[in-house]
Amino acid sequence: MVAIALLLLGSARGWAQQNDQKEMRGLDDEVQEIKSDVLAISAELSRLEEKLLFPSGTQVAVFVALAKGDTMRLDAVRLQIDGQLVAHYIYSAKELEALRKGGVQRVYVGNVTTGDHKLEVLIDGKLDSGTDVSRTEHFAFRKDVKPKLLGLTVAGANTPITLGDW
Amino acid sequence: MRAPYQLLGLGLAVGLAARPATSADLRDLYFGEALYHAYQGQFFEAIQRLDTELAQYRDLDEPGRDTLTYHIHDAEFSVGDFELNYRMHLRAGRAIKAVLEGAVDPAVRNEAAYRLARIHFQKDQLDDARQALDRIEGPVPEAIRDDVEFLRANIEMATGRPGDAVKVLEQLHGGESLAGFTAYNLGIALLQDGRQHEAVEQLDKAGRLAPGDDAGLAIRDKSNLVLGSILSESGNVDRAQQSLDRIRLDGPFSNQALLRAGWAEASAERFDRALVPWNILVDREPTDVAVQEALLAAPHAYASLNVHGRAAVMYQRALELFGSQIERVDASIARIGEGRFLDALIREEIRQDEDWVIRLRSLPDAPETYYLMELMASHDFQTALHNYLDLEDLRSKLITWKTGFDSFDDIIRLRGQNYEPLLPEVDAQFRELDSRMRLRLEQRKHLGRRLQAMLTAPRPDQLATAEERIAGDRLDLIDKQLGGSDDPASVELRERAAHLRGALTWRLETEYHARLTAAHEHLIELNVHVDALTREYEAFVRTRQAATHSYVGYDVDLARLRERVGDALGRVDSVMARQGHIIETVAIKRLQARRERLVAQQTQARYAVADSYDRAARASSESR
Repeated sequence: MVAIALLLLGSARGWAQQNDQKEMRGLDDEVQEIKSDVLAISAELSRLEEKLLFPSGTQVAVFVALAKGDTMRLDAVRLQIDGQLVAHYIYSAKELEALRKGGVQRVYVGNVTTGDHKLEVLIDGKLDSGTDVSRTEHFAFRKDVKPKLLGLTVAGANTPITLGDW
Repeated sequence: MRAPYQLLGLGLAVGLAARPATSADLRDLYFGEALYHAYQGQFFEAIQRLDTELAQYRDLDEPGRDTLTYHIHDAEFSVGDFELNYRMHLRAGRAIKAVLEGAVDPAVRNEAAYRLARIHFQKDQLDDARQALDRIEGPVPEAIRDDVEFLRANIEMATGRPGDAVKVLEQLHGGESLAGFTAYNLGIALLQDGRQHEAVEQLDKAGRLAPGDDAGLAIRDKSNLVLGSILSESGNVDRAQQSLDRIRLDGPFSNQALLRAGWAEASAERFDRALVPWNILVDREPTDVAVQEALLAAPHAYASLNVHGRAAVMYQRALELFGSQIERVDASIARIGEGRFLDALIREEIRQDEDWVIRLRSLPDAPETYYLMELMASHDFQTALHNYLDLEDLRSKLITWKTGFDSFDDIIRLRGQNYEPLLPEVDAQFRELDSRMRLRLEQRKHLGRRLQAMLTAPRPDQLATAEERIAGDRLDLIDKQLGGSDDPASVELRERAAHLRGALTWRLETEYHARLTAAHEHLIELNVHVDALTREYEAFVRTRQAATHSYVGYDVDLARLRERVGDALGRVDSVMARQGHIIETVAIKRLQARRERLVAQQTQARYAVADSYDRAARASSESR
C-alpha cells in the first residue's frame, strides 16, 4: 500500500515536473519570438538614428583594433578631430580581451563637413615588461559624400599606430 | 539509513559549446565590431550589428566588391552562433538551414550540417540531429572533424544505442579539448552496453588523463567518481578508494567523493576509516546534500564502533542543523513568495560574471539560492533564468528607446524651427544662381559643338580675334565707301585694302590649326572650372536636400516605431511575469522537496539521538 502511494506520489511529481518543463519550453519559444521582434525594432531604430544623427554626407566613424598577437594592455584612447576632443575611452578588462581576440570597437561616430580634416590619436597603455606607453600620432583624412570609416590599428612596443581607410 | 550504494546519474558529458567564427585577417570593420560585442557576451548587439551588415550585403548589386565578401561564410555562421548563444535556437536553425540549402562549398555545407545537428541535439530533437549529420558528405573541415564524431556518439548514446556510440568513440582520437570528454563518454557507453569490465578499465583511463583545463579536471573527477561508485557497488572497495582518492578535494565533485569514499569503507565495515572522509564532510557547507547525508552517516559510524557518546553528540548536532536548515528553507520559500528571488536575480553585479549562476550562491541576503544550486544546474531551469534576465534586459532597452523618442521629436522640431525661416531665401538665391549657371553651361556646350564641327569643316573666320574681326569689318566698310570709283586715289586705296585683307586672310589661314588647338585647350581648361562648379552645385543640392531630410519625413516612421516599442514592452512584461511565476513555482517545489527530505532526516536524527543516549548510558552503567 505504502509502495503504491509512493509510486503515485512519484508519478504525480514526475507529471508536475513534466508540466513545468513543458511550460518552460513553451515560454522559451515565446521569448525567442520577442527577441526577434526587439532585434528588428533595434535595427530599424539604428537606421533611423543614423539617418537623423549621422547622415552619410557628414558621418565619420573611427574604429579601434589591436594588432594581431599584440599583448600590450591598452588602457585608453583619446581622439581629436581638427583639434576638438571627440572621444576619450577607457578600456575594461573584458573589452581589452575582446580586442585581443580580434574584435573591432567603434570608438566614435560623429559628423564632419566634406573636405580635409586632421585626426590626432593618443593612446595610453602598458607593455608586458611593465613599461608605460603613451603615444600620439597625427593623421589626415578627407571626407567626401560617403560615410567615412577610419580603422586604427594599435600596437605596443615601437610599432606605430596605423590608420586604414575603409 | 539510506542504501549506501547508489549509482550516480550517468549523464553524458557534452562539450559542444558554440563559439563565434574568427578570421585570420579582418577586412570588414562592422564584422569586427559584431565580434567585439560577441566576445564580451553582448549577443543582442552582435546579432543586430551583423544582421544589418548581412542584409546590406545581400542588397548590393555587386556584393563581391564589399569588404564583407572576405568573411561571408564566417559571418553567416557567426550570426547563427550568436543566436545560439542568445538562446534563439529557432532563428539559428533557420539561418544555418539557409546556408545548408544554398550553393556553397561542400566543406561549408558540412559545417552547416554539423551546426544544425548540434542545435537539434541541444533541443533534444535527436532524430533531426541524426538526419542533419547524415547530410554530411565529402570533405569536413579539420577544425570540426572530431566535434562531428563526438556529437554522433552522443546522439547514439542518447537514442539508446551505446554499442554504436562505442564504435564511434573508439575511432575518435580527438584533440586535447575533447580527450577527457571522449574517454569518459566511452566508459559510459561501454557500461550502458553491458560491458562492465571494459567500462571500468576505460573509466580508470579517463580518471588518470592529464587535464588541459578546468573542464578537463572536472571530467576527470567525474570519471573517478563514477568509477569509484561502480567498484564500490561491486565490492571492490580498495580499488574504489584509489579512484575516489584521485578526486580533488576542492573540485565540484569533492563532497560526493568524500561521501562515497566513506560508504565504500563502511560497506567493508571499516567504520573507523569511513569516519576520515565523513568528518571532513560534516564541516562543509550544510546546504549540500552530501554534507547533510554525512551528518547522519558519521554518527552512525561512531555508533557502529560503539562510541555511543560521540554518536549522540553528533546526532544532536545534526538534529539542530536540520532544524535550522528547515527554518532556512521555510524562509527561502517565503522570500520567493514575496518575489525576492527574482529581485536578486536581476541584480546588476551578478550579471557581470560569466558564471553568474554559480555566484548566486554567494549572494548576500538571498538564502533561497543556497538550496537551488542543483536546480540551477538543470538545462531547462537555466534557460528559464537566462530568459528572465534577457527579458529584463529587453525591457530596459525598450524603456530607454521609449523615452528616446521624445528626444527625436525635439531634434526634429528644433531643426524645423532653424531651417524653415532660412530655406525660402536660400532657395530664391539658388534659383537665380541656378539659371545663370545653366546659361553659362549652355554657352560652353555650344562652343564645344562649334569647335567639334570645325574639325571636319574648317572655319578660320570663326577663330579670328576681336581685333582681326574689327579690322575685317573696317576693310569691308572701306570697300563699301570706295564703291566702284575709278579715280586713281580710290584704285590705290582699294588695292591697299585688298592687300590688307589678303594679309588678314593669310594670318587666319596659316594660324588656323594652332588657333584650333589653342581653342580646344582653352575649352579643356574651362572644363576644369565647369567640373568644380558642378561639384559645388551638387554639394549644394545635397546639403539642401540634407537640410530637408534632417527634419521632414520622420513622423510616420517614428509613430510606427513608438507603437512597436509600446507593443513589445507590453509583451515583454506579460511573458516576464509568466516566466517569473514558473521560475518561482519550480523553485518552491524544489525547496519543498528538500524540506521533506530534511524533515525525514530530522526525524531520523531525533530517534537516533535518543537511541544513542540510551546506549551511551547503558554502556556507562555496564562499565561501572
